[in-house]
Amino acid sequence: MSQARLAPGVVPGRLTPHELAANFVDVAPPLDDHEARVAADRCYFCHDAPCVTACPTSIDIPLFIRQIATGTPDAAAMTIFHANILGGMCARVCPTENLCEGACVRMEAEGDPVEIGALQRYATDGLMAQPGHPFRRAAPTGKRVAVVGAGPAGLACAHRLAAKGHDVTIFEARPKPGGLNEYGIASYKAVDGFAQAEVDWILGIGGITLRQGQLGRDITLEALRADFDAVFLGMGLGGVNALRAEGEERRNVLDAVSFIRDLRQASDLTALPVGRDVVVIGGGMTAVDAAVQAKLLGAENVTIVYRRDRSQMGASRHEQDHATRTGVRIICNAAPVKVHGNGAVVEVEFAYTAVDPDGGLHLSDDRFRLKADQLFRAIGQRLDGVPQELALNGGKIGVAGPGRTSIPGVWAGGDCAAGGDDLTVTAVAQGRDAAEDIDAHLTGRPVEIPG
Amino acid sequence: MADLRSNFIGIKSPNPFWLASAPPTDKEYNVRRAFQAGWGGVVWKTLGSEGPPVVNVNGPRYGVIHGPDRRVLGINNIELITDRPLEVNLREIKQVKRDYPDRALVISLMVPCDEESWRDILARIEDTGADGVELNFGCPHGMSERGMGSAVGQVPEYIEMVTRWVKQYSRMPCIVKLTPNITDVRKPAEAARRGGADAVSLINTINSITSVDLDLFAPQPTIDGKGAHGGYCGPAVKPIALNMVAEIARNPATHGLPISGIGGVTTWRDAAEFMALGAGTVQVCTAAMTYGFKVVQEMISGLRDYLDSHDMAMSDLIGRAVPNVTDWNQLNLNYVTKARIDQDLCIKCGRCFAACEDTSHQAIAMKPGRVFEVIEEECVACNLCLDVCPVENCIDMRELALGEIDLRTGRPVQPYANWTTHANNPMAKAAE
Repeated sequence: MSQARLAPGVVPGRLTPHELAANFVDVAPPLDDHEARVAADRCYFCHDAPCVTACPTSIDIPLFIRQIATGTPDAAAMTIFHANILGGMCARVCPTENLCEGACVRMEAEGDPVEIGALQRYATDGLMAQPGHPFRRAAPTGKRVAVVGAGPAGLACAHRLAAKGHDVTIFEARPKPGGLNEYGIASYKAVDGFAQAEVDWILGIGGITLRQGQLGRDITLEALRADFDAVFLGMGLGGVNALRAEGEERRNVLDAVSFIRDLRQASDLTALPVGRDVVVIGGGMTAVDAAVQAKLLGAENVTIVYRRDRSQMGASRHEQDHATRTGVRIICNAAPVKVHGNGAVVEVEFAYTAVDPDGGLHLSDDRFRLKADQLFRAIGQRLDGVPQELALNGGKIGVAGPGRTSIPGVWAGGDCAAGGDDLTVTAVAQGRDAAEDIDAHLTGRPVEIPG
Repeated sequence: MADLRSNFIGIKSPNPFWLASAPPTDKEYNVRRAFQAGWGGVVWKTLGSEGPPVVNVNGPRYGVIHGPDRRVLGINNIELITDRPLEVNLREIKQVKRDYPDRALVISLMVPCDEESWRDILARIEDTGADGVELNFGCPHGMSERGMGSAVGQVPEYIEMVTRWVKQYSRMPCIVKLTPNITDVRKPAEAARRGGADAVSLINTINSITSVDLDLFAPQPTIDGKGAHGGYCGPAVKPIALNMVAEIARNPATHGLPISGIGGVTTWRDAAEFMALGAGTVQVCTAAMTYGFKVVQEMISGLRDYLDSHDMAMSDLIGRAVPNVTDWNQLNLNYVTKARIDQDLCIKCGRCFAACEDTSHQAIAMKPGRVFEVIEEECVACNLCLDVCPVENCIDMRELALGEIDLRTGRPVQPYANWTTHANNPMAKAAE
């Protein structure tokens, strides 16, 4: 047993390198050829299939599964990539139980959907492992488009614009491209550096220049509008919401997104510190990703506390079950009121919540405390450093139709734009659709129906 | 509990499930295992004349058609008759029959089409103790090129001639095995009966190419870059076999001629269907070659369950469906049904809609919420929606009562009438 396993405070090395390696393996290992054939055989090839309707990028799922079943997985991959160039990552991180697989008619038949996500990964992994890039660029248009942010929305937008013959420059604030794919998801969902490999593969189309630059710090929207024929904003959400609980400033009270980012970027997990008693506040995917990974790093007790009912958690049921299976405890209907400690957090005090007739919450007098030497905030992110001239909607960039902002020639998509579900797949759809609209705007060509 | 003991043209077996003449019955070792597993009888793999045995290819002998999850739907083969010396086979047959006197042991034979060859082979098998002979007039590959097998089975006069020789030179019950590679299976069956056959067995395998290797551009199985047509069998051929059995069973010239049914029997249900169409026993090969000999145990328990639950003896089952096999022109044109979709069972896949809308009569409406409903005004009752529906019993065909209005024609359902008296039939006879 590791010496540090039960050490108090936030310390590294609670588990051995061997244990850590075992904990952070691929959470959903890829299907082999035989498994893929068996899984593909279960697809009914539905008419006007509900899974396609449920997919934000409208991938023709019955078609690609039939292509797998008939021994042409590369054709299946092309069916996927035509609709969703980040189909590889979406196959790993999509909450499929809420999307395609949740809509699968097999759910109604026997409560066990076709493994659409796993099949999508099978097809896309196979094609991406081959040399070269399968899409060709159209004849050059001479038009130049700036894309702000190299996350899912920006990459999807840039790829489609490049395919249509435009020259694209992506400005990325962080050292690496990929956005939340690189910095924001649990590492066991995209092992072996998949996020960077996917970016490299997407850029393989050519015509896309990647540059460092943060809007508001290194570049201005005004300058981009002057230098480029069109601008797409896909920089995500830079800010993190505060708890608004007393004592929040104490040591070891952190943003879950920072923890997830540091874990993803760590070259040696044994050097990554984690508490013995970890509390995560929030109910979304970020909360689950942080809590599960804290547990996998060796925290003894990990508790997610969410202020509303379990059914209202942003994390899907599948994610919640994954958390509890890993040993994470989930407490619902409680909100933090005070962070106790002496310099660093020692305990967190919660009040149970009650729902008002208008749907709002109020804190009851019923309180409890949880021991905590590490506390993660996972209660949502907010737009940070947005140019003042852009009209907002609900704290995000307001958009109409396929991502048109209030400023002509400027489009937006992904988490920074209003109206999305904060999912990789919706960001891809928005980036792609904005690219189609930008292309139509720049060239007068008709919009291609995606999918 | 239903009695499955069978007496087929005097050949007794504890159940009607026999292994067909094929690779599983080529030698003592296999046949002993089959009997231990519970098979009622075997037809020993076809013996040829004395002398140097035939030789088989040394590459692949089988081609296959797979269904989902590599389920074997059909196999074709280019194997010949036994390639072991005649005396070895005869010795083994005698030993096995001595040890399993209660099981049926029939010897399949194929020798050149001359009287002397047949007289000779019949003399050679006489003291094996076997229960009967089956004349292999069906093998469609290899041997047929040498004037045997289906080359005989395709000429009714030869069938009659050889059968007559066999009945002349042997007192054993004689089963004539028929090839399906003909245009009208009643003709060879009639010839067998004229020659004195005690029974026919069918079908032998169907000429086939199972698949083409799209890299080698050669049929499979491929032998050094080439392929030859083989004999197709297994579940895929069952519908063809059932029809041929029924044709013989209902043909006045062959009605009552005992039949041993062969062709894709995989479960007790398949066997029961052959028996309902007139087969007294069934012969199995592909199911055993796919799953091993143990499958017979499911066949035995399943047939027994079925007979018990229907309070029938096996003799009640045999031939029971034959009177209901008729010609198209006898079908009731006033029988009207309409598809009906059980909304509680529907899983909303829309396959019925796609099939009907794209390829049939536009008789299914797709309503908001993926609700699929039959439009009775358009439904011709073709049954396609039911066939493609993945959920059993979700769609059924509702029979309209006499006098009920058919919404498609606007006319009430009339009593029985068929094409022979229909107004549109130029050959119609006035109803009497």
